[in-house]
Amino acid sequence: MIAATDIDKVFRDEAGRALATLIRLVGDFDLAEDALQDAFAVALERWSSGEPPDNPRAWLVNVGRNKAIDRIRRQAAFRGKQQALLHELALNAQGPDEPLAMLDDDMLRLIFTCCHPSFAAEVQVALTLRTVCGLSTAQVARAFLVGEDAMAQRLVRAKQKIRLAGIPYQVPESDALAPRLDGVLAVIYLVFTEGYVATSGTDLMRPDFAAEAIRLGRLLDRLMPDRAAIKGLLALMLLHDARRAGRETAAGDIVLLEEQDRSLWDRAQIEEGLALVDDALRVPGRPQPYVVQAAIAALHARAPSYAQTDWPQIAGLYEVLLRINPSPVIELNHAAAISMVDGPARALDLVDAISARGGLDGYEMLPAVRADLLRRLERKQEAREAYAAATGATQLEPLRRLYARRLREME
Amino acid sequence: MQYLLLIYRNESYLTDMNAADRQKLAGEYGAYTQSIIQSGHFKAGDGLQPTTTATTVRVRDGKTMTTDGPFAETREQLGGYYLIEAKDIDDAIAIAARVPEAKRGSIEVRPVMIYK
Repeated sequence: MIAATDIDKVFRDEAGRALATLIRLVGDFDLAEDALQDAFAVALERWSSGEPPDNPRAWLVNVGRNKAIDRIRRQAAFRGKQQALLHELALNAQGPDEPLAMLDDDMLRLIFTCCHPSFAAEVQVALTLRTVCGLSTAQVARAFLVGEDAMAQRLVRAKQKIRLAGIPYQVPESDALAPRLDGVLAVIYLVFTEGYVATSGTDLMRPDFAAEAIRLGRLLDRLMPDRAAIKGLLALMLLHDARRAGRETAAGDIVLLEEQDRSLWDRAQIEEGLALVDDALRVPGRPQPYVVQAAIAALHARAPSYAQTDWPQIAGLYEVLLRINPSPVIELNHAAAISMVDGPARALDLVDAISARGGLDGYEMLPAVRADLLRRLERKQEAREAYAAATGATQLEPLRRLYARRLREME
Repeated sequence: MQYLLLIYRNESYLTDMNAADRQKLAGEYGAYTQSIIQSGHFKAGDGLQPTTTATTVRVRDGKTMTTDGPFAETREQLGGYYLIEAKDIDDAIAIAARVPEAKRGSIEVRPVMIYK
Protein backbone atom coordinates (compact mmCIF):
# COMPACT_ATOMS: atom_id res chain seq x y z
CA MET A 1 0.00 0.00 0.00
CA ILE A 2 1.16 3.51 -0.75
CA ALA A 3 -0.52 6.73 0.36
CA ALA A 4 -2.02 9.07 -2.21
CA THR A 5 0.32 11.86 -1.12
CA ASP A 6 3.33 9.60 -1.77
CA ILE A 7 2.00 8.78 -5.22
CA ASP A 8 1.65 12.51 -5.83
CA LYS A 9 5.27 12.97 -4.84
CA VAL A 10 6.41 10.23 -7.23
CA PHE A 11 4.42 11.86 -10.05
CA ARG A 12 5.92 15.23 -9.21
CA ASP A 13 9.49 13.84 -9.10
CA GLU A 14 9.21 11.69 -12.19
CA ALA A 15 6.80 13.61 -14.44
CA GLY A 16 9.43 15.71 -16.20
CA ARG A 17 11.85 12.87 -16.79
CA ALA A 18 9.21 10.36 -17.90
CA LEU A 19 7.76 12.96 -20.25
CA ALA A 20 11.21 13.75 -21.66
CA THR A 21 11.74 10.11 -22.65
CA LEU A 22 8.20 9.67 -23.95
CA ILE A 23 8.56 12.70 -26.23
CA ARG A 24 11.64 11.15 -27.81
CA LEU A 25 9.93 7.77 -28.18
CA VAL A 26 6.66 9.03 -29.69
CA GLY A 27 8.09 12.12 -31.39
CA ASP A 28 5.24 14.40 -30.37
CA PHE A 29 4.77 16.64 -27.30
CA ASP A 30 0.99 16.44 -27.13
CA LEU A 31 0.80 12.69 -27.64
CA ALA A 32 3.49 12.16 -25.00
CA GLU A 33 1.65 14.40 -22.51
CA ASP A 34 -1.66 12.63 -23.09
CA ALA A 35 -0.01 9.21 -22.80
CA LEU A 36 1.70 10.20 -19.55
CA GLN A 37 -1.63 11.39 -18.10
CA ASP A 38 -3.08 7.99 -19.04
CA ALA A 39 -0.16 6.30 -17.30
CA PHE A 40 -0.70 8.40 -14.16
CA ALA A 41 -4.35 7.32 -14.10
CA VAL A 42 -3.35 3.64 -14.28
CA ALA A 43 -0.64 4.17 -11.64
CA LEU A 44 -3.04 5.82 -9.22
CA GLU A 45 -5.40 2.87 -9.50
CA ARG A 46 -2.77 0.09 -9.26
CA TRP A 47 -0.27 1.56 -6.83
CA SER A 48 -2.86 2.52 -4.22
CA SER A 49 -4.12 -1.06 -4.04
CA GLY A 50 -0.84 -2.89 -4.52
CA GLU A 51 2.91 -2.36 -4.35
CA PRO A 52 4.46 0.45 -6.38
CA PRO A 53 7.16 -0.69 -8.85
CA ASP A 54 10.87 -0.53 -7.92
CA ASN A 55 11.56 1.90 -10.72
CA PRO A 56 8.50 4.12 -11.07
CA ARG A 57 9.98 6.16 -13.92
CA ALA A 58 10.66 3.11 -16.11
CA TRP A 59 7.17 1.86 -15.23
CA LEU A 60 5.57 5.18 -16.21
CA VAL A 61 7.54 5.30 -19.47
CA ASN A 62 6.54 1.74 -20.37
CA VAL A 63 2.86 2.18 -19.58
CA GLY A 64 2.97 5.61 -21.24
CA ARG A 65 4.45 4.10 -24.39
CA ASN A 66 1.72 1.45 -24.51
CA LYS A 67 -0.92 4.13 -24.00
CA ALA A 68 0.62 6.15 -26.84
CA ILE A 69 0.44 3.08 -29.08
CA ASP A 70 -3.24 2.65 -28.14
CA ARG A 71 -3.88 6.27 -29.05
CA ILE A 72 -2.04 5.95 -32.39
CA ARG A 73 -4.00 2.76 -33.15
CA ARG A 74 -7.31 4.47 -32.48
CA GLN A 75 -6.29 7.35 -34.72
CA ALA A 76 -5.09 4.99 -37.45
CA ALA A 77 -8.37 3.05 -37.36
CA PHE A 78 -10.25 6.32 -37.55
CA ARG A 79 -8.28 7.84 -40.40
CA GLY A 80 -6.86 4.73 -42.01
CA LYS A 81 -3.42 6.16 -42.14
CA GLN A 82 -0.52 3.96 -43.09
CA GLN A 83 2.06 6.31 -41.69
CA ALA A 84 0.66 6.12 -38.20
CA LEU A 85 0.92 2.33 -38.26
CA LEU A 86 4.53 2.50 -39.35
CA HIS A 87 5.19 4.80 -36.43
CA GLU A 88 3.59 2.31 -34.10
CA LEU A 89 5.85 -0.48 -35.35
CA ALA A 90 8.90 1.66 -34.79
CA LEU A 91 7.73 2.26 -31.23
CA ASN A 92 7.26 -1.44 -30.59
CA ALA A 93 10.70 -2.25 -31.88
CA GLN A 94 12.37 -0.24 -29.11
CA GLY A 95 13.48 -2.14 -26.07
CA PRO A 96 11.78 -1.33 -22.77
CA ASP A 97 15.01 -0.85 -20.83
CA GLU A 98 17.09 2.05 -21.99
CA PRO A 99 20.53 2.85 -20.63
CA LEU A 100 20.48 5.49 -17.90
CA ALA A 101 22.67 7.91 -19.89
CA MET A 102 20.06 7.92 -22.65
CA LEU A 103 17.38 8.97 -20.13
CA ASP A 104 19.58 11.77 -18.82
CA ASP A 105 20.02 12.96 -22.38
CA ASP A 106 16.24 12.99 -22.79
CA MET A 107 15.91 15.41 -19.88
CA LEU A 108 18.52 17.68 -21.45
CA ARG A 109 16.73 17.47 -24.81
CA LEU A 110 13.52 18.58 -23.13
CA ILE A 111 15.22 21.46 -21.31
CA PHE A 112 17.00 22.75 -24.43
CA THR A 113 13.82 22.45 -26.50
CA CYS A 114 11.74 24.42 -23.96
CA CYS A 115 14.47 27.08 -23.77
CA HIS A 116 14.87 27.40 -27.54
CA PRO A 117 15.76 30.97 -28.57
CA SER A 118 12.99 31.05 -31.17
CA PHE A 119 10.53 31.34 -28.24
CA ALA A 120 10.03 34.61 -26.37
CA ALA A 121 11.68 34.53 -22.92
CA GLU A 122 8.37 34.27 -21.08
CA VAL A 123 7.26 31.39 -23.30
CA GLN A 124 10.53 29.60 -22.49
CA VAL A 125 9.82 30.05 -18.79
CA ALA A 126 6.21 28.89 -19.10
CA LEU A 127 7.12 25.80 -21.15
CA THR A 128 9.90 24.88 -18.73
CA LEU A 129 7.66 25.23 -15.66
CA ARG A 130 4.90 23.20 -17.31
CA THR A 131 6.89 20.35 -18.87
CA VAL A 132 10.27 20.12 -17.11
CA CYS A 133 9.03 21.04 -13.62
CA GLY A 134 5.64 19.41 -14.09
CA LEU A 135 3.61 22.35 -12.72
CA SER A 136 -0.04 22.48 -13.71
CA THR A 137 -1.21 25.00 -16.30
CA ALA A 138 -3.11 26.78 -13.51
CA GLN A 139 0.07 27.13 -11.43
CA VAL A 140 2.01 28.48 -14.41
CA ALA A 141 -0.84 30.90 -15.17
CA ARG A 142 -0.66 32.24 -11.60
CA ALA A 143 3.08 32.87 -11.96
CA PHE A 144 2.39 35.05 -14.99
CA LEU A 145 -0.72 36.65 -13.48
CA VAL A 146 -2.85 35.57 -16.43
CA GLY A 147 -5.95 33.42 -16.63
CA GLU A 148 -5.66 29.66 -16.99
CA ASP A 149 -7.30 29.71 -20.44
CA ALA A 150 -4.88 32.34 -21.71
CA MET A 151 -1.91 30.32 -20.44
CA ALA A 152 -3.28 27.08 -21.91
CA GLN A 153 -3.62 28.88 -25.24
CA ARG A 154 -0.02 30.16 -25.03
CA LEU A 155 1.30 26.65 -24.27
CA VAL A 156 -0.70 25.12 -27.13
CA ARG A 157 0.76 27.68 -29.53
CA ALA A 158 4.28 27.02 -28.28
CA LYS A 159 3.93 23.27 -28.75
CA GLN A 160 2.50 23.89 -32.20
CA LYS A 161 5.57 25.96 -33.01
CA ILE A 162 7.86 23.11 -31.93
CA ARG A 163 6.18 20.87 -34.49
CA LEU A 164 5.53 23.33 -37.34
CA ALA A 165 8.77 25.30 -37.19
CA GLY A 166 10.92 22.19 -36.82
CA ILE A 167 12.43 22.94 -33.42
CA PRO A 168 14.66 19.87 -32.96
CA TYR A 169 14.45 17.62 -29.89
CA GLN A 170 18.16 17.60 -29.22
CA VAL A 171 21.00 19.04 -27.21
CA PRO A 172 22.91 21.52 -29.38
CA GLU A 173 26.36 20.45 -30.48
CA SER A 174 29.84 22.00 -30.13
CA ASP A 175 29.81 25.70 -31.09
CA ALA A 176 26.09 26.12 -30.60
CA LEU A 177 26.10 24.65 -27.08
CA ALA A 178 27.62 27.55 -25.09
CA PRO A 179 25.18 30.29 -26.20
CA ARG A 180 22.23 27.89 -25.87
CA LEU A 181 23.31 26.90 -22.35
CA ASP A 182 23.43 30.61 -21.47
CA GLY A 183 19.81 30.78 -22.62
CA VAL A 184 18.82 27.84 -20.40
CA LEU A 185 20.56 29.42 -17.39
CA ALA A 186 18.79 32.71 -18.08
CA VAL A 187 15.43 30.89 -17.93
CA ILE A 188 16.33 29.22 -14.63
CA TYR A 189 17.46 32.55 -13.21
CA LEU A 190 14.21 34.19 -14.35
CA VAL A 191 12.23 31.50 -12.51
CA PHE A 192 14.39 32.11 -9.45
CA THR A 193 14.20 35.91 -9.44
CA GLU A 194 10.43 35.76 -9.79
CA GLY A 195 10.47 33.59 -6.66
CA TYR A 196 13.03 35.74 -4.83
CA VAL A 197 11.49 39.15 -5.40
CA ALA A 198 8.13 38.92 -7.10
CA THR A 199 7.74 41.75 -9.61
CA SER A 200 4.23 42.58 -8.48
CA GLY A 201 1.54 41.59 -6.03
CA THR A 202 1.27 41.55 -2.27
CA ASP A 203 3.89 38.94 -1.36
CA LEU A 204 7.58 39.81 -1.36
CA MET A 205 8.69 36.26 -2.13
CA ARG A 206 7.24 33.22 -3.81
CA PRO A 207 9.39 30.47 -2.30
CA ASP A 208 7.87 27.82 -4.58
CA PHE A 209 9.50 29.35 -7.62
CA ALA A 210 12.86 29.81 -5.94
CA ALA A 211 12.75 26.14 -4.89
CA GLU A 212 11.76 25.11 -8.40
CA ALA A 213 14.68 27.07 -9.89
CA ILE A 214 17.11 25.49 -7.42
CA ARG A 215 15.76 22.05 -8.33
CA LEU A 216 16.39 22.84 -12.02
CA GLY A 217 19.88 24.09 -11.20
CA ARG A 218 20.73 20.91 -9.30
CA LEU A 219 19.36 18.78 -12.13
CA LEU A 220 21.38 20.64 -14.76
CA ASP A 221 24.55 20.48 -12.64
CA ARG A 222 24.13 16.72 -12.40
CA LEU A 223 23.37 16.28 -16.12
CA MET A 224 26.20 18.57 -17.29
CA PRO A 225 28.92 18.32 -14.64
CA ASP A 226 32.01 20.55 -14.38
CA ARG A 227 30.50 23.60 -16.00
CA ALA A 228 31.41 26.73 -14.06
CA ALA A 229 28.39 28.74 -15.22
CA ILE A 230 25.93 26.09 -13.96
CA LYS A 231 27.71 25.69 -10.61
CA GLY A 232 27.91 29.48 -10.30
CA LEU A 233 24.22 29.97 -10.92
CA LEU A 234 23.26 27.16 -8.52
CA ALA A 235 25.56 28.63 -5.84
CA LEU A 236 24.13 32.11 -6.40
CA MET A 237 20.57 30.84 -5.99
CA LEU A 238 21.39 28.75 -2.90
CA LEU A 239 23.19 31.64 -1.20
CA HIS A 240 20.43 34.16 -1.91
CA ASP A 241 17.69 31.75 -0.95
CA ALA A 242 19.52 30.85 2.30
CA ARG A 243 18.80 34.39 3.55
CA ARG A 244 15.05 34.04 2.89
CA ALA A 245 13.97 33.70 6.55
CA GLY A 246 15.81 36.89 7.44
CA ARG A 247 14.49 39.00 4.59
CA GLU A 248 10.90 39.36 5.69
CA THR A 249 9.02 40.02 8.95
CA ALA A 250 6.03 37.91 9.93
CA ALA A 251 3.86 40.78 8.68
CA GLY A 252 5.49 40.60 5.25
CA ASP A 253 7.68 43.69 5.59
CA ILE A 254 11.13 43.84 4.02
CA VAL A 255 14.13 43.54 6.30
CA LEU A 256 17.16 45.07 4.57
CA LEU A 257 20.47 43.22 4.54
CA GLU A 258 21.94 45.74 7.00
CA GLU A 259 19.17 45.01 9.55
CA GLN A 260 18.86 41.24 9.10
CA ASP A 261 19.23 38.79 11.97
CA ARG A 262 21.95 36.61 10.48
CA SER A 263 21.19 33.73 12.84
CA LEU A 264 18.02 33.18 10.78
CA TRP A 265 20.03 32.36 7.66
CA ASP A 266 20.09 28.72 6.55
CA ARG A 267 23.66 27.73 7.41
CA ALA A 268 23.54 24.29 5.76
CA GLN A 269 22.41 25.82 2.49
CA ILE A 270 25.10 28.51 2.77
CA GLU A 271 27.76 25.81 3.24
CA GLU A 272 26.50 24.03 0.12
CA GLY A 273 26.60 27.31 -1.82
CA LEU A 274 30.10 28.19 -0.61
CA ALA A 275 31.43 24.77 -1.63
CA LEU A 276 29.89 25.21 -5.10
CA VAL A 277 31.51 28.65 -5.49
CA ASP A 278 34.89 27.05 -4.70
CA ASP A 279 34.19 24.27 -7.23
CA ALA A 280 33.16 26.80 -9.88
CA LEU A 281 36.27 28.91 -9.33
CA ARG A 282 38.42 25.80 -9.85
CA VAL A 283 36.99 25.12 -13.33
CA PRO A 284 39.48 26.51 -15.86
CA GLY A 285 38.38 29.15 -18.39
CA ARG A 286 37.28 32.77 -18.47
CA PRO A 287 35.44 34.10 -15.40
CA GLN A 288 31.70 33.51 -15.71
CA PRO A 289 29.23 36.23 -14.66
CA TYR A 290 27.19 33.86 -12.47
CA VAL A 291 30.33 32.69 -10.69
CA VAL A 292 31.41 36.27 -9.92
CA GLN A 293 27.90 37.09 -8.67
CA ALA A 294 27.99 33.97 -6.52
CA ALA A 295 31.40 34.99 -5.15
CA ILE A 296 29.84 38.34 -4.12
CA ALA A 297 26.94 36.51 -2.45
CA ALA A 298 29.51 34.27 -0.71
CA LEU A 299 31.25 37.31 0.83
CA HIS A 300 27.91 38.51 2.21
CA ALA A 301 27.14 35.03 3.53
CA ARG A 302 30.53 34.77 5.27
CA ALA A 303 30.40 38.24 6.86
CA PRO A 304 29.58 38.28 10.60
CA SER A 305 27.73 41.60 10.19
CA TYR A 306 26.91 44.26 7.61
CA ALA A 307 29.67 46.56 8.88
CA GLN A 308 32.24 43.75 8.94
CA THR A 309 31.57 42.77 5.33
CA ASP A 310 34.54 42.78 2.95
CA TRP A 311 33.19 45.75 0.94
CA PRO A 312 36.45 46.53 -0.92
CA GLN A 313 36.50 42.99 -2.33
CA ILE A 314 32.80 43.17 -3.20
CA ALA A 315 33.37 46.46 -5.05
CA GLY A 316 36.32 44.82 -6.83
CA LEU A 317 34.18 41.84 -7.90
CA TYR A 318 31.54 44.23 -9.29
CA GLU A 319 34.36 45.81 -11.33
CA VAL A 320 35.23 42.34 -12.69
CA LEU A 321 31.55 41.86 -13.57
CA LEU A 322 31.49 45.24 -15.33
CA ARG A 323 34.41 44.13 -17.48
CA ILE A 324 32.96 40.76 -18.52
CA ASN A 325 29.26 41.62 -18.54
CA PRO A 326 28.72 45.39 -18.51
CA SER A 327 25.21 46.57 -17.68
CA PRO A 328 23.68 49.62 -15.97
CA VAL A 329 22.17 47.34 -13.28
CA ILE A 330 25.65 46.06 -12.34
CA GLU A 331 26.90 49.66 -12.34
CA LEU A 332 24.18 50.52 -9.86
CA ASN A 333 25.16 47.61 -7.60
CA HIS A 334 28.80 48.65 -7.92
CA ALA A 335 27.87 52.17 -6.83
CA ALA A 336 26.04 50.78 -3.77
CA ALA A 337 29.18 48.80 -2.81
CA ILE A 338 31.36 51.89 -3.35
CA SER A 339 29.14 53.77 -0.89
CA MET A 340 30.40 51.36 1.79
CA VAL A 341 34.05 51.82 0.78
CA ASP A 342 34.40 55.48 -0.25
CA GLY A 343 31.19 56.88 1.25
CA PRO A 344 27.75 57.81 -0.12
CA ALA A 345 28.90 61.07 -1.79
CA ARG A 346 31.24 59.22 -4.18
CA ALA A 347 28.50 56.64 -4.86
CA LEU A 348 25.96 59.36 -5.59
CA ASP A 349 28.29 60.79 -8.27
CA LEU A 350 28.39 57.34 -9.92
CA VAL A 351 24.59 56.92 -9.72
CA ASP A 352 23.97 60.37 -11.19
CA ALA A 353 26.39 59.55 -14.01
CA ILE A 354 24.44 56.35 -14.81
CA SER A 355 21.19 58.25 -14.63
CA ALA A 356 22.51 61.02 -16.94
CA ARG A 357 23.30 58.42 -19.61
CA GLY A 358 19.68 57.27 -19.45
CA GLY A 359 20.54 53.55 -19.44
CA LEU A 360 18.25 52.82 -16.49
CA ASP A 361 15.14 54.79 -17.44
CA GLY A 362 12.21 52.97 -15.92
CA TYR A 363 14.37 50.70 -13.75
CA GLU A 364 12.63 50.90 -10.40
CA MET A 365 15.69 50.38 -8.20
CA LEU A 366 17.50 53.49 -9.52
CA PRO A 367 15.42 56.04 -7.53
CA ALA A 368 15.53 53.67 -4.53
CA VAL A 369 19.35 53.57 -4.49
CA ARG A 370 19.53 57.36 -4.98
CA ALA A 371 17.06 57.88 -2.13
CA ASP A 372 19.14 55.71 0.21
CA LEU A 373 22.36 57.59 -0.61
CA LEU A 374 20.70 61.02 -0.21
CA ARG A 375 19.22 59.91 3.14
CA ARG A 376 22.66 58.85 4.36
CA LEU A 377 24.06 62.21 3.22
CA GLU A 378 21.23 63.86 5.21
CA ARG A 379 20.07 65.77 2.14
CA LYS A 380 16.53 65.31 3.41
CA GLN A 381 14.44 67.22 0.89
CA GLU A 382 16.10 65.50 -2.08
CA ALA A 383 15.83 62.14 -0.30
CA ARG A 384 12.07 62.67 0.19
CA GLU A 385 11.63 63.39 -3.51
CA ALA A 386 13.67 60.32 -4.45
CA TYR A 387 11.60 58.08 -2.12
CA ALA A 388 8.43 59.46 -3.70
CA ALA A 389 9.83 58.60 -7.15
CA ALA A 390 10.83 55.11 -5.92
CA THR A 391 7.33 54.55 -4.51
CA GLY A 392 5.77 55.51 -7.82
CA ALA A 393 8.14 53.23 -9.73
CA THR A 394 7.34 49.94 -7.95
CA GLN A 395 4.25 47.75 -8.00
CA LEU A 396 5.36 45.75 -4.99
CA GLU A 397 3.53 46.62 -1.75
CA PRO A 398 6.34 45.62 0.69
CA LEU A 399 8.77 47.97 -1.14
CA ARG A 400 6.26 50.81 -0.88
CA ARG A 401 5.95 50.18 2.87
CA LEU A 402 9.76 50.20 3.18
CA TYR A 403 10.01 53.61 1.50
CA ALA A 404 7.19 54.94 3.70
CA ARG A 405 9.12 53.75 6.78
CA ARG A 406 12.28 55.49 5.59
CA LEU A 407 10.33 58.70 5.09
CA ARG A 408 8.91 58.45 8.64
CA GLU A 409 12.38 57.80 10.07
CA MET A 410 13.68 61.00 8.49
CA GLU A 411 11.07 63.19 10.23
CA MET B 1 11.79 21.02 -44.07
CA GLN B 2 11.44 24.07 -46.26
CA TYR B 3 11.78 27.57 -44.89
CA LEU B 4 11.27 30.95 -46.52
CA LEU B 5 13.84 33.53 -45.46
CA LEU B 6 12.31 36.99 -45.85
CA ILE B 7 14.92 39.72 -46.00
CA TYR B 8 13.78 42.98 -44.42
CA ARG B 9 15.97 46.07 -44.38
CA ASN B 10 15.73 49.82 -44.63
CA GLU B 11 15.58 50.70 -48.31
CA SER B 12 16.88 54.21 -47.93
CA TYR B 13 20.42 53.12 -47.15
CA LEU B 14 20.49 51.26 -50.48
CA THR B 15 19.55 54.37 -52.45
CA ASP B 16 22.16 56.36 -50.51
CA MET B 17 24.85 53.78 -51.27
CA ASN B 18 27.71 54.59 -53.66
CA ALA B 19 28.44 52.39 -56.67
CA ALA B 20 31.43 50.65 -55.09
CA ASP B 21 29.50 49.65 -51.96
CA ARG B 22 26.56 48.47 -54.03
CA GLN B 23 28.87 46.30 -56.08
CA LYS B 24 30.44 44.93 -52.91
CA LEU B 25 26.98 43.98 -51.54
CA ALA B 26 26.08 42.29 -54.86
CA GLY B 27 29.32 40.33 -54.63
CA GLU B 28 28.49 39.21 -51.08
CA TYR B 29 25.06 38.02 -52.19
CA GLY B 30 26.61 36.16 -55.13
CA ALA B 31 29.09 34.35 -52.88
CA TYR B 32 26.40 33.57 -50.29
CA THR B 33 24.02 32.16 -52.91
CA GLN B 34 26.79 30.01 -54.40
CA SER B 35 27.65 28.65 -50.94
CA ILE B 36 24.08 27.59 -50.14
CA ILE B 37 23.67 26.05 -53.61
CA GLN B 38 26.79 24.00 -52.97
CA SER B 39 25.65 22.95 -49.48
CA GLY B 40 22.34 21.79 -50.97
CA HIS B 41 20.15 24.23 -49.01
CA PHE B 42 19.12 26.50 -51.89
CA LYS B 43 15.72 26.00 -53.53
CA ALA B 44 15.01 29.50 -54.90
CA GLY B 45 15.80 33.13 -54.22
CA ASP B 46 15.33 36.60 -55.67
CA GLY B 47 15.87 40.23 -54.90
CA LEU B 48 12.94 42.61 -55.28
CA GLN B 49 12.62 46.05 -56.86
CA PRO B 50 12.11 48.81 -54.25
CA THR B 51 8.72 49.42 -52.60
CA THR B 52 8.32 52.59 -54.71
CA THR B 53 7.49 50.17 -57.53
CA ALA B 54 4.94 48.18 -55.48
CA THR B 55 1.20 48.05 -56.11
CA THR B 56 -1.16 46.62 -53.49
CA VAL B 57 -4.32 44.89 -54.73
CA ARG B 58 -7.56 44.27 -52.80
CA VAL B 59 -10.88 42.91 -54.07
CA ARG B 60 -13.94 44.21 -52.17
CA ASP B 61 -17.51 43.45 -53.27
CA GLY B 62 -16.13 42.07 -56.51
CA LYS B 63 -14.30 45.30 -57.30
CA THR B 64 -10.54 45.38 -57.73
CA MET B 65 -8.90 48.28 -55.96
CA THR B 66 -5.25 49.13 -56.24
CA THR B 67 -3.06 51.38 -54.12
CA ASP B 68 0.39 52.72 -54.81
CA GLY B 69 3.04 51.21 -52.53
CA PRO B 70 3.34 48.33 -50.08
CA PHE B 71 0.58 47.05 -47.77
CA ALA B 72 2.13 48.48 -44.60
CA GLU B 73 4.46 51.40 -44.01
CA THR B 74 7.22 50.04 -41.77
CA ARG B 75 10.78 50.92 -40.86
CA GLU B 76 12.13 47.92 -42.73
CA GLN B 77 10.88 46.73 -46.09
CA LEU B 78 10.86 43.34 -47.77
CA GLY B 79 13.78 43.35 -50.19
CA GLY B 80 14.16 39.74 -51.24
CA TYR B 81 13.83 36.13 -50.20
CA TYR B 82 15.43 32.71 -50.23
CA LEU B 83 13.53 29.45 -50.20
CA ILE B 84 15.73 26.86 -48.51
CA GLU B 85 15.69 23.20 -47.54
CA ALA B 86 16.99 22.75 -43.99
CA LYS B 87 17.17 19.93 -41.45
CA ASP B 88 15.41 21.91 -38.70
CA ILE B 89 14.99 25.43 -37.34
CA ASP B 90 18.56 25.49 -35.98
CA ASP B 91 19.90 24.73 -39.45
CA ALA B 92 17.61 27.40 -40.94
CA ILE B 93 18.63 30.01 -38.34
CA ALA B 94 22.31 29.37 -39.07
CA ILE B 95 21.71 29.89 -42.81
CA ALA B 96 19.60 33.01 -42.19
CA ALA B 97 22.34 34.48 -39.98
CA ARG B 98 24.73 34.34 -42.96
CA VAL B 99 22.50 36.38 -45.32
CA PRO B 100 24.66 39.47 -46.04
CA GLU B 101 22.01 41.95 -44.92
CA ALA B 102 21.31 40.13 -41.62
CA LYS B 103 23.98 42.44 -40.19
CA ARG B 104 21.93 45.52 -41.06
CA GLY B 105 18.32 44.42 -41.38
CA SER B 106 16.44 41.35 -40.17
CA ILE B 107 15.64 37.97 -41.65
CA GLU B 108 12.25 36.45 -40.89
CA VAL B 109 12.39 32.64 -40.97
CA ARG B 110 9.05 31.04 -41.83
CA PRO B 111 8.42 27.31 -42.20
CA VAL B 112 6.62 26.49 -45.45
CA MET B 113 3.24 24.82 -45.01
CA ILE B 114 2.97 21.22 -46.10
CA TYR B 115 -0.35 20.14 -47.65
CA LYS B 116 -1.30 16.57 -46.94
